[in-house]
Amino acid sequence: MRVELEPLPAVLDLRQAMAEERADVHPLGPVVKEIRIAKGDPEPVWSRAAHVVEDEVESGAQEQLYIEPQGMIAWAGPEFVTVTGSLQCPYYVQHGLCAVFGLPAEQVRVIQAVTGGGFGGKEEYPTVLAVHAALLALKAGRPVKMVYDRAEDLAATPKRHPSRTLSRAAFDHDGRLLALDVDFNLDAGAYVTLTPVVLSRGALHAAGPYRCDHVRVRARAWATNTPPHGAFRGFGAPQSCLAIERLLDKAAAQLGLDPAELRLRNLLQSGDTTATGQVMREEIDLTGLVETALELSDYRCLRAEFARANAVAGPEDPRRGVGLAVFLHGAGFTGSGEKRLASRAGLELDGQGVVQVLAASTEIGQGAATVFQQITCGALGVTHEQVRVAQPDTAHVPDSGPTVASRTTMVVGGLVERAALALRAALVADGLAADADPAAVARALRERGRSHGGERWIESYQQPDWVVWDEENYRGDAYPTFAWAAYVAQLAVDPLTGETRVEEFTAVQDIGRVVNPLLAAGQIEGGVAQGIGFALLEDVRWQAGRMANNRLSTYIIPTALDLPRIRAHFRETPAGYGPAGAKGVGELPLDGTAPAVLAALDQALGARLARVPALPEQILPLLTPEATHA
Amino acid sequence: MRGNAADLELRRPASLEEALELLAQDPELKVLAGGTELLVRHEDGSLGPARLLDLSALKELKQIRRVGDELEIGAGVCYADIQAHPDVIARLPLLVQAAEQTGARAIQERGTLGGNVANASPAADSVPVLLALGVGLLLRSRTAERRLPLDEFFLDYRRTALRPDELITALRLPLTPPPLQYFRKVGTRRAQAISKVALAAAGRWTARGLECRVALASVAPVPLRCRELEAFLAVEAGRGDWKERAARQLMDGLRPIDDIRSTAAYRRQVAGNLLLAFLRRAEAGRPGQDGR
Repeated sequence: MRVELEPLPAVLDLRQAMAEERADVHPLGPVVKEIRIAKGDPEPVWSRAAHVVEDEVESGAQEQLYIEPQGMIAWAGPEFVTVTGSLQCPYYVQHGLCAVFGLPAEQVRVIQAVTGGGFGGKEEYPTVLAVHAALLALKAGRPVKMVYDRAEDLAATPKRHPSRTLSRAAFDHDGRLLALDVDFNLDAGAYVTLTPVVLSRGALHAAGPYRCDHVRVRARAWATNTPPHGAFRGFGAPQSCLAIERLLDKAAAQLGLDPAELRLRNLLQSGDTTATGQVMREEIDLTGLVETALELSDYRCLRAEFARANAVAGPEDPRRGVGLAVFLHGAGFTGSGEKRLASRAGLELDGQGVVQVLAASTEIGQGAATVFQQITCGALGVTHEQVRVAQPDTAHVPDSGPTVASRTTMVVGGLVERAALALRAALVADGLAADADPAAVARALRERGRSHGGERWIESYQQPDWVVWDEENYRGDAYPTFAWAAYVAQLAVDPLTGETRVEEFTAVQDIGRVVNPLLAAGQIEGGVAQGIGFALLEDVRWQAGRMANNRLSTYIIPTALDLPRIRAHFRETPAGYGPAGAKGVGELPLDGTAPAVLAALDQALGARLARVPALPEQILPLLTPEATHA
Repeated sequence: MRGNAADLELRRPASLEEALELLAQDPELKVLAGGTELLVRHEDGSLGPARLLDLSALKELKQIRRVGDELEIGAGVCYADIQAHPDVIARLPLLVQAAEQTGARAIQERGTLGGNVANASPAADSVPVLLALGVGLLLRSRTAERRLPLDEFFLDYRRTALRPDELITALRLPLTPPPLQYFRKVGTRRAQAISKVALAAAGRWTARGLECRVALASVAPVPLRCRELEAFLAVEAGRGDWKERAARQLMDGLRPIDDIRSTAAYRRQVAGNLLLAFLRRAEAGRPGQDGR
């Protein structure tokens, strides 16, 4: 056989894709998905506004870097497929296998193995690997194990979408935001993957937590010839939150206002509407949140102190800066997503009176199993010995939806709580005293287990009636609730090397009721660390469409020495609709860390960077007097 | 494609004499010391089938001792032992710094000073310090022993003056190095990083100028000693805008490259900035008119 290959000109990045608009890159065209959001009419505002500010911001690809690379073991025959591996979403994998093998769901079994982190990277790709392994197993008539090494994993699997945002804002004399126009663009790569949904979340966060009567958002995902981009913690929102926060920082400079002051004048309040016209029914105290962050970080004092010190800094004195970002994260699936999912989760009581939590939501290091156990214990009134969490196995647990979108505690935890309350009510009907102590509840469970062993209590998710979403026109309630946050980064830049050291980080957020303080703080600390990597270090180097730095020695993530003390502070407004008013937390910290870091760099450098990661190679020229320039 | 352990043939001599004998018979043997380079190449498949000479059993290569006014460090001494040795701590703080900033703790327990030199990576962390301190290498074959200044050892990218039948057995460092010393490694992050640029310098003021050695990592195909700059400083230091002229001269003479870790422009600028940092310290440490 003779193969002749003719290399065609490739589209290898977003700038090229947007400049060339080539129709031959993807069957859907150069733009694989477009979303528009419109509120009011910005057009007449531009000419009459006191100030108009324009900005352009870019962000690079980011690798999830879960602990173990993708891996899957498969057994397959004519009538069955079984796989086990490192994954976030067992029922997604089952769905993919059913489609490929033409088997009904009962004959396809997916079991989650211990999984060390996902960050979105184990959401979609495990289906691909499961199919590969299962096809080989079917052909070979033997079990097949496929485990990528790190270089293969980095080369092939989807990363965070690179982005380029062009934006414009109009302000009145007092710095009030009058109109906003955001042109938000993502690099989809060569295949569509989860790109439309990522684009959607990005577009829905593009106006930030600010009140504005006239908004246009145009969001487009562009096809290129690189490996596809996909889900990564934050899911489009880190890119658009970065862009709006950069725009506000630029506006503050142009208007001669402190960046914090400009934000305080424009924060969304209860009763306001978002860009999609969603009325903020829940109680919001963004002003209190921002003031708490400013106080805990000593922002105002530091801002003045650093301005003085930087003005007289010697050639080797660090240049310091402090910066604020204010942001939100929509909790759970976008729009009608949760309604379509109609997740199911619950409990099973065994013959010994031990309660098992049944959910397909996976423990991937974030603490899902602990939270489920804790919620169940709380609702039943028993201690932890009485409650186990079942291994996610499609043969055994109902479909509680994917472990994504910061939805596990809020949505699935809510179902588990309802199931536990139903079981408790049944125990009370059996004769359990309403004020029974844990030992009495455990006795009641054992008794009921003896007669009702194997009994299940399964709850189905029902979206509240008031959530109304118009997918066609992007109007209405984009998310049932939002988490809110204000982050402050304090950093020092070494003028000899352009290296940035984040020295302090203050993360203040309202995630509704905090179900487990230790795990919630862990989510914030880990997310801030990942956000600092996104802001300052993590740089996927593409060479002819391939990731060139595909090793842990060349794809640089922060070590403990590269990270500051991270202070996570929670203001609890129990307005969420999860257990006792909880909201989602997992993705939130990714949205605001990079903009806080870049805002602090503005002050340290007296100059503006509009791309992440902000590497020493870009920073150093801003610090070097012309005389000694190379 | 990963390497296959079955493709490796291992020789583990019990004495230096036996090692040199094996090497004389088979100069194709690849020397395995700490394995921090060779085993990475084995893992990623680039080493391929190989015959290895494992030096890990040779206690005579793992000693640190005084010889006259020099400190002799065996080629098989690891970074962790360097950091812990009282003579190194008291007299060669630059070497302690370099050892602390090389790899992770696990690497510091395995990687050897001799291996770092023989590997001849332009990014080696310890080598600029060794060049600045004026290290002599002891090289032995079955039939001969010779001493070679370290700055004559590196010929070209990953090519050295080591003969096929020779091993580096030890490094000789001055026990009383010059008083002005500077080392700064600029890596891709604060730990477990490969250097983008590193600069080491050691020197003293003379009646004419600044007598010093300056060496750089990751700016040339070899670990680079900057002889022209040293000649300039020997006569010009202390005159007018000498520091800026020295930095300019250094930067003009460098031809670094763009690669996966950094850019040529960044490397050149940082090399100049680090040199200025050393020279500012040197100036501050210059004996005053009264003190002369």
